Amino acid sequence: MELYEFGVGQLAEAFEKGIASPSEALSSVLERIAGLEGEVRAFLLTDEEGARKAAAKADGLWLAARKGGTKPSALTGMPFVLKDNICTKGTRTSCGSRMLENFVPPYDATVAVKLAGSVLLGKSNMDEFAMGSSTENSAFGPTKNPWDTRAVPGGSSGGSAACVSAGFAPFALGSDTGGSIRQPASLCGVVGLKPTYGRVSRYGLVAFGSSLDQIGPFARSVEDAAMVFEAIAGHDPKDSTSSPRPVPDVRKACSKGVKGMRIGLPKEYFANGLDPEVRDLVMKAVLRLKDEGAEIVEVSLPSSMYGLAAYYLAATAEASSNLARFDGIRYGLRDLGAKDVVSAMKRTRSQGFGDEVKRRIMLGTYVLSAGYYEAYYNKALKVRRVLKDEFDEAFAKCDAIAGPTTPEVAFRFGERTEHPLSMYMSDIYTITANLIGIPAISVPCGLSKGLPVGLQLAARAFDEETLFAAAAEVERGSGFAGRIGGGAR
Amino acid sequence: MSWETVIGIEVHVELSTESKVFCGCKTRFGARPNTQVCPVCLGMPGVLPVLNRKAVEYCMKAALALNCEVSGRTKFDRKNYFYPDLPKAYQISQYDMPIGKNGWMDVEVDGKAKRIGIRRVHLEEETGKLVHAGDDITSAESSMIDFNRCGIPLIEIVSEADMRSADEARAYLVKLRSILLAIGVSDCKMEEGSMRCEANVSIRPEGSTEFGALTEMKNIASFKAVYKAIEFESKRQAKVLESGGRVRRETRHWDDLKSETVFMRSKEQAHDYRYFPEPDLVPLEIDRAWTDRVKDTIPELPDQRKARYVADYGLGQRESSLISDDMDLSTYFEKGIEAGAEAKALANWMTGELAAALNASGTEISSSKAGPAEMAELLGMVAKNEISGKTAKEVFAEVFAKGGSPRKMVEAMGLGQISGEEELRKAAVAVIDANPGPSADYIAGKENAIMFLVGQLMKATKGRANPKMANQLLKQELDGRKKNL
Amino acid sequence: MGIGRDEVMRIAELARLEFGEEDAAKYAKELDLILGYVAKLEEVGTEGKEALTHAQELVNVMRDDVPVEGLSQEQALMNAPARKGEFFLVPRIMDNSDED
Repeated sequence: MELYEFGVGQLAEAFEKGIASPSEALSSVLERIAGLEGEVRAFLLTDEEGARKAAAKADGLWLAARKGGTKPSALTGMPFVLKDNICTKGTRTSCGSRMLENFVPPYDATVAVKLAGSVLLGKSNMDEFAMGSSTENSAFGPTKNPWDTRAVPGGSSGGSAACVSAGFAPFALGSDTGGSIRQPASLCGVVGLKPTYGRVSRYGLVAFGSSLDQIGPFARSVEDAAMVFEAIAGHDPKDSTSSPRPVPDVRKACSKGVKGMRIGLPKEYFANGLDPEVRDLVMKAVLRLKDEGAEIVEVSLPSSMYGLAAYYLAATAEASSNLARFDGIRYGLRDLGAKDVVSAMKRTRSQGFGDEVKRRIMLGTYVLSAGYYEAYYNKALKVRRVLKDEFDEAFAKCDAIAGPTTPEVAFRFGERTEHPLSMYMSDIYTITANLIGIPAISVPCGLSKGLPVGLQLAARAFDEETLFAAAAEVERGSGFAGRIGGGAR
Repeated sequence: MSWETVIGIEVHVELSTESKVFCGCKTRFGARPNTQVCPVCLGMPGVLPVLNRKAVEYCMKAALALNCEVSGRTKFDRKNYFYPDLPKAYQISQYDMPIGKNGWMDVEVDGKAKRIGIRRVHLEEETGKLVHAGDDITSAESSMIDFNRCGIPLIEIVSEADMRSADEARAYLVKLRSILLAIGVSDCKMEEGSMRCEANVSIRPEGSTEFGALTEMKNIASFKAVYKAIEFESKRQAKVLESGGRVRRETRHWDDLKSETVFMRSKEQAHDYRYFPEPDLVPLEIDRAWTDRVKDTIPELPDQRKARYVADYGLGQRESSLISDDMDLSTYFEKGIEAGAEAKALANWMTGELAAALNASGTEISSSKAGPAEMAELLGMVAKNEISGKTAKEVFAEVFAKGGSPRKMVEAMGLGQISGEEELRKAAVAVIDANPGPSADYIAGKENAIMFLVGQLMKATKGRANPKMANQLLKQELDGRKKNL
Repeated sequence: MGIGRDEVMRIAELARLEFGEEDAAKYAKELDLILGYVAKLEEVGTEGKEALTHAQELVNVMRDDVPVEGLSQEQALMNAPARKGEFFLVPRIMDNSDED
């Protein structure tokens, strides 16, 4: 087994025991990247020099620990990747957009600070400003699915998902506004977690939908994801929406099992539009949970299929405001030919943003504009309340809700770019967790037509423990842990 | 036709917190450009606001001092618009749930009390500052931006349209400033822009209850300008209506040099700010206990101060209001008393001679060269009969113009009253000897003749004689001669 | 209902975007399609429901009024597309129409 195949837990153990050093792990992943990145194109930027320095420093820390010094945190020296909408001081953060092609933040995102001892390999590709489900909206070209390079890796965090799937890094961070971690995790056959809203600081995450965005990990096993989650979660005084609740020991929860756990199956999730093979794989995984002692209950979330519509109003409204700051004055692109400030802003924004971003800014501006606020934006927020009430009711009957992460496996490039709505449908199951702020995770549960299928679990707000316990059980049943993208070898 | 002017006023006040409202940057005035900034107030991607508790409490304090309802749930909203001085292209403000609402303030104009409603007091963030390369904003080829000011906490105080004259508007602003200074939430410096106001003016036929189309006036940089701008604008509107025209809803710019308002833009192209609740900040729950704690920090306010001046110093209602409603006058008054001035005399001078001199020279009382200490010294000399009232006025004019100690000035100019009896008696004898006719008349029983002799004595002493004493000494001398006859 | 070219231009102005006629027509069509889809929200009964603006229940999150060091002037200006000395530079401001 090569070091690039090691998961987070395995590498941490190797570092601790001196079986391998961070620099050796780094060399292995760099070699892997050198061999495959030309095909996968998961990165927007790699920083080999910075990574080597960080690894060398971590080498020293682990060495010192073995000589009786203080033991560094588990992720020290661990290679990783950040989605390119997470700000890194001194390292370009582009959000996959021409607008920020030359933007170098003078500050670090809180998660970047928390992972300062780990080894940042680079910044991963994404749909521009996290708007998309395939990375086809990246201004710098799409990322390929490591399982089949003709297929999309999902999005918007497609680059991070592909990195972990292809063996470029044992873990990566992404952001999830409507499914942008879970959907690509599902399509690339890795674990992807969207934590409870408020669990992980959003400081330094370039905002898309502020009331929906959360940062979360990708890893090749549930336990690896748990380790990363524990490292990045926790209260941050720089984020007013960050929760002061203590972070649970989710790594321990991974070995808890599901005996007595009530797993809810929303009947609406298994209706129209769901690929039959995906459905079968998900049901098989659910039945294995039953075999392990879980109680399966049917629940109803009658309004959940309206989530997508509510989401496109709430998210785009917030986005239209969040993306207004890109006016070419303090940073980013500027059309220097314009003679007055209004046309400079218009030209800058029209050139700097891609089609999908403009489409969403237009929609969001429209739904907030005079006369439409009540009918659209506020209606969406009320539907959000209805959804929350329905989930609260469901969670009175069960501890976790299971279903497919996406209706289908990875689709081909260009298949859905013509019709924005067909692309949006890819997020139909993931979106409600963002709307009401609950945690949700996607775990691989098998292959359909040679492509991975993800099972999604959701739990009550701040109950990541239950989520990890159930996810780990799904993983044990599917035997998928640690698998590296099939097509990319 | 006779018209009634209807005025509502919006005031923006920068709060004097140490750090900005949503980030930890300093708020010091006059720092080098773009040195008091951070990713948050520069609106960089990915940053988040964190609310400054003191800014909230200062806003609560102002709202409470203006008798507003302050309690319950409130929140922040985004006001979306593009402008180069607004980094995020939205201002974090409060839309439908201000921290304070439904307050009031009493002012006194021409001896009449008037209650002015305060519609709302809300908290928001300041914008950056534009510096224009040319004469003004539109002729400049380019503009430069300094974001130091951006993010300083700002409160907006909106009055009801309750004012009916420029005098009332000025009284409202003077008292508002006085209240804000008393509670210490702002330095209220109009010249530095930490207090700014906009007036909404409309007119209607006397007796009408309908409102006319209003114009909003910007760029008003002093209380005097407020007065002049309202006076100008109501006359302009009257002229428009009287010539059969229609007043348009518009924003006008006050040109202080030309003393006129000029058209800026039409209000009919209303802005669409697309307000929505700020998702990056959580709601505020203001409970009774918190409100009470803030209330406890409110010191004496102008109305209480007025009552104290009446009770403790015996000032009249009117002069008491005049002084207590104005923070600078109050400070002057109290410093003067501290320096030993007699309260009533001081109040008389402040509302008389001093007010006239300040007005004529366009000086603020806070920068008057005849300060409270000088005034106390001057009034002390008058009280002890060291100088006459007439001399006091001369000395005051000198001190007001050039500064310095009144006592030293009196000494240097030799203006002190001759209160030494011997000196004055000598002069009196000389006057009697030089005027045998009137002296004989007095001795003969024409008592009125004494007035001529007093006048002569005052003349001989260049006014330095105490008239009472002059009269006394002349009588003594003449009466003595009468007996000796 | 239905968004026409003029409506697209009005929204574009608010959003500080500009489109040619062809793009305006394209956006009008796409926005119509999406709005047609979201119109199904009308089917959800929301009588008496309070709008959910935040996905969590925190209130009164504040910090103390203590200044902290910000960026240096150079850091503040380093990403500026145009600057003049210590300032950010913008071209002519035609009117005040957006400040209120």
